[in-house]
Formats: sequence, structure tokens, C-alpha cells
Amino acid sequence: MSSETASDPRLEELAETFEFLDDWEERYRYIIDLGNELPPLDEAEKTPANKVEGCVSQVWLLADEDPQHAGALRFRGDSDAHIVKGLVAVLLQLFNGRTPSEILVYDARGALDRLDLAGHLSPSRSNGLFSMVKRIRAMAAERAGAPVQ
Amino acid sequence: MSEVLNRETPLAAAEHAVPGANRDAAYDVARIRADFPILTREVYGKPLVYLDNGASAQKPVQVLDAMDEAYRRYYANVHRGIHRLSQEATDAFEAARDKVARFVGAPNHDEIVFTRGATEAINLVANSWGQRHIGEGDEIVLTVLEHHANIVPWQMLRERTGCVLKVVPLTPEGSPDLQVYESLLGPRTKLVAVAHISNVLGTVLPVRQMIDMAHAAGAKVLLDGCQAAPHMPIDMRALGCDFYVFSSHKLYGPTGIGVLWAPFETLNEMPPYQGGGEMIDRVTFEETTFKSPPHRFEAGTPAIVEAIGLGAAVDYVEGIGLDAIAAHEESLLRYATERLSAIDGLTLYGTAKEKAAILSFNLEGPHAHDVGTILDRSGVAVRCGHHCAQPLMDFLDVPATSRASFGLYNTHAEVDALAAAIEKVKDFF
Repeated sequence: MSSETASDPRLEELAETFEFLDDWEERYRYIIDLGNELPPLDEAEKTPANKVEGCVSQVWLLADEDPQHAGALRFRGDSDAHIVKGLVAVLLQLFNGRTPSEILVYDARGALDRLDLAGHLSPSRSNGLFSMVKRIRAMAAERAGAPVQ
Repeated sequence: MSEVLNRETPLAAAEHAVPGANRDAAYDVARIRADFPILTREVYGKPLVYLDNGASAQKPVQVLDAMDEAYRRYYANVHRGIHRLSQEATDAFEAARDKVARFVGAPNHDEIVFTRGATEAINLVANSWGQRHIGEGDEIVLTVLEHHANIVPWQMLRERTGCVLKVVPLTPEGSPDLQVYESLLGPRTKLVAVAHISNVLGTVLPVRQMIDMAHAAGAKVLLDGCQAAPHMPIDMRALGCDFYVFSSHKLYGPTGIGVLWAPFETLNEMPPYQGGGEMIDRVTFEETTFKSPPHRFEAGTPAIVEAIGLGAAVDYVEGIGLDAIAAHEESLLRYATERLSAIDGLTLYGTAKEKAAILSFNLEGPHAHDVGTILDRSGVAVRCGHHCAQPLMDFLDVPATSRASFGLYNTHAEVDALAAAIEKVKDFF
């Protein structure tokens, strides 16, 4: 885990909540709630270009300039599956308001391990989660003018 | 059949024969379950309820032991070696072919081609027979419920030849609309390629009738038997189709091997699909002549031990009896249909009268992905998604379904566990 991630207060806050919910049912309920709080995308935004491959369900992700932080990105996302939408919400909490270069050095794998999400989801679903992270990094790289790593 | 298959019993096969299991008249599911080591494990601290048999079935110890034995005691390459091990391995490999021939009621073991799986078997027919017999404007008839493996190879053939694909829609029960089917058959129809049993809806297609109608139009028929072979007796002579394919891994055998059956005369006039060793008669740089079927279609070192494992799997299901398996699964289907139908907000897809123990469903509210996630945490393994049948999902107008598919070792108690887990899903949404 990089120091970048270890000192991330948003991750710490999420991790504390997750640890408090030690029962899997409660944890899923919390993830579902996070998804329900996420503003849905317009149907017009659910385009093939915004769609993330690699999920059993459908996931869409978009990036705009963050109006509150110059140079930072604001992500929006949606899914037709509740639990997956909750996972999108977790990723948005971790990545929103960061600059492309911050996103590119962010240890996403470490963060998901810290939240025990990688371990609690089966590989195919994790692949969905990691496909989302890959897409977020690709969008950041595009903005930073850097090749995707 | 016996007069055809009564060539000398291979010595090695006799030595390493797998004893038939569960020959009791009564269906003893507890005893059957004891043959499957994996069924004793737990997931997330709960007993595994494995209801993803339509995707792949678990393996009995008889299959595991046969393969282990082959690697430990008589493994070598086949059809080449003059040495003892190669002879024993070849005998066991060809004995597996005999078993598969007996299993499908093929009159001749040379009609059994071992492939990498059912997918490769369909690609073989498309590339070899299809390339030779299907031209521009010729027609191939499929149904809406086909697995992608029985769609994409024909689309690729269409790219190469300019042939036309015609698709039969379904009735509300989930069976091909035979009136439309009849209207699609014509003088240009060269092939009808359909599932024997739908992997999503469980529908047992009226294949006897469909084959007769196709033959009357002068077309050949390929049946995708992946879901049928593990669930009911199949007999090539009774079916009268022209090609039949299925995979081993859904039949309680190993992955990496499948079967293409076709009459010897059909195979004999088909050109090779892949070139390499094992399939040649004589090679010079000017010209190569090819072996007779089935070896013409088995280029390279085959999946030797997998074939032996498949032979053991065939012995295993025949030991229980395909009729007994079908009756057991029918009973599970009836009970599961009753239990799931009673769940509020649950929609079952596929209500054909002739149906295998495959139940596709959705709940009002959660996505199939959500359902599968919660079921998984409850120890219940089902498949969620489009099941490699996206045209069928479009037809049903759903993005995905959850599918519980039963096998010979599943129990009525597991139906209860499924129903309870689905009720739990409803707590979340």
C-alpha cells in the first residue's frame, strides 16, 4: 500500500464504516444505500462510449471538470444493478475532486483491498470493479495527456 | 450396436475399467452425492448448493480416478508409439470413443470425432461441411434461443460465403414457433442448426418434428446437445439428425473435450478442418493425403486423458441410468417451479411443457447481478447474466436473468435452500 493511499482520509472514513459493519449483509446493505444516493445518469448519457466492459450488469462512467476544484475531475456513474451502483459510488468517493495526475498515482488496488472489497467479491465481479478503475484511470490519463499505465 | 462395437476389448481399457456406480433401482441421491468430493465443501461458512450445472457440472471421483490412473500408470502419446505405454494409452483412448458411440447410439465408433468442446465441434461443421456445401444465397435456419456458439460460427460462414441466416421466433412458452419455422424452410435451406435443449429456458425443442420438416425441405440438421446429453437418453438412430455436438464438462467429465457425431458417409466426404500430425495418411511437400474419419478431424495430439475421463463420465451416468437421471431432475424441476412460482415478484422464463431442470428468473427490483451476489453469499451458486444468448435476452426484453440449473446430484432440500436465499434477496431491495 502506498503512502498516498494510507494517508487518504476519505478512504479511512469509508474503511472505518466498513469495519463497523462486520456482517456481510450489513455491508451489502450499506453499499446498496450508497448506490441509491447516487444521482442517476440521464438516459442520453448511457451511451456505448460511456459503458464499461467486463461486468455482468451494465455500468456507465463519465468525467467532467470539477466545478469546485480547478484542474480536478468529477466523475459520475450509474449501473442497472444496485450493488454494482453502490460500488460505483465507493469509487466516486475515492476519486472525485482529484487531479488526473493524483488519480494516476493513486493505489486503487490497495484501497479496494483496504475496504476488503476485492476479497469479498468473486473474481468476475472484481473484474467489473477493476474494469471501472481502469476506465477511471484511462479518463484521467486522457486529461493529463499521458499514456495509460 | 454390439455387433459393431464388438471389436476386441482393449486390454488396457479392461485393466483400467471404471466400475459402474449406483446401479440400484431406487435413486439414491445421498449415495450419488458421496461420489462428488466438491459437494462436501462450504462457501462463506455455508454448505455449497451448486445450481450452475448448465454452465459446467462437477466431477465424480470415478472420473477423477480414471484420469489420475491414466497419468500415473499408462500415459503416453496415442496412435504413434510402438511401445507398451503408447499402446495402452491408445487402447484406453479408443475405448473412450467406443463408450461415447454407445452412449449416443452411434452405429459406428468412427462416427465419433473428439473436439476441444461443443463450440469447436460446431466450428468444425461450419468450416468443413459448411464451407463445401453452403454458398451465396443458401440459407441456414436458427432459432432465437441459440447459444452464441450456435450463432457466431454461422455468421462467420455468412461472411465467407454470402449465405443467409433465418431466425425462428419463440412462442410465449419459449418454444420455437413451428408455423414460422415451416415457412422459413425452402429450397435454399441447406442447414437447420438448433439447440436440443435451451440453456436458458430449459425448453426441450420438438426436434423430431423439426428434423422431419427440415429433411422434407432437403436440409440437414445440426443439434447442439450440450444441455441434453447430461439430462436425458440421446439416441442418434432415433433422432435422425445429421450432426450432433456436446461437451464433456457439462456431462460430469473433464473440460477440454467435446464430441461431434455425424454419419460416417457425411464425415467421410468432409474436408479436414485443421492440418497437422495424427490426421495425415502421407505427406510430401507436393501433396498430402488424409486419414479417414474420425482421425482426419483430430489434428495434433488429442486431449488423451480428457477422453479417458469422458469415457469414465459416460460409464458413470449410464451406471445411474439416463432415464433415472431424467426422472430425478424432472421431480426437481416440478418442485422448484412450484417453490419459485410462489415467490412474490418473481418471473420465470420458459414454461414449455417439455422442459429440462433449468429455471431462469428475475425478481422485481434487483438486477440479476444483485440476485446472484446475495445468493452467492448464501452458498447458492447460480449463473447470472445473458448466458451467451443475447438474442434471447433481447427477445425476452431483459438485460439478464438468474439461472438455476440442476444436475443429477441436486436435492429437494437444495431447492428449499434456493427459495430461502431468493426470499433473503428480497429483504435487501
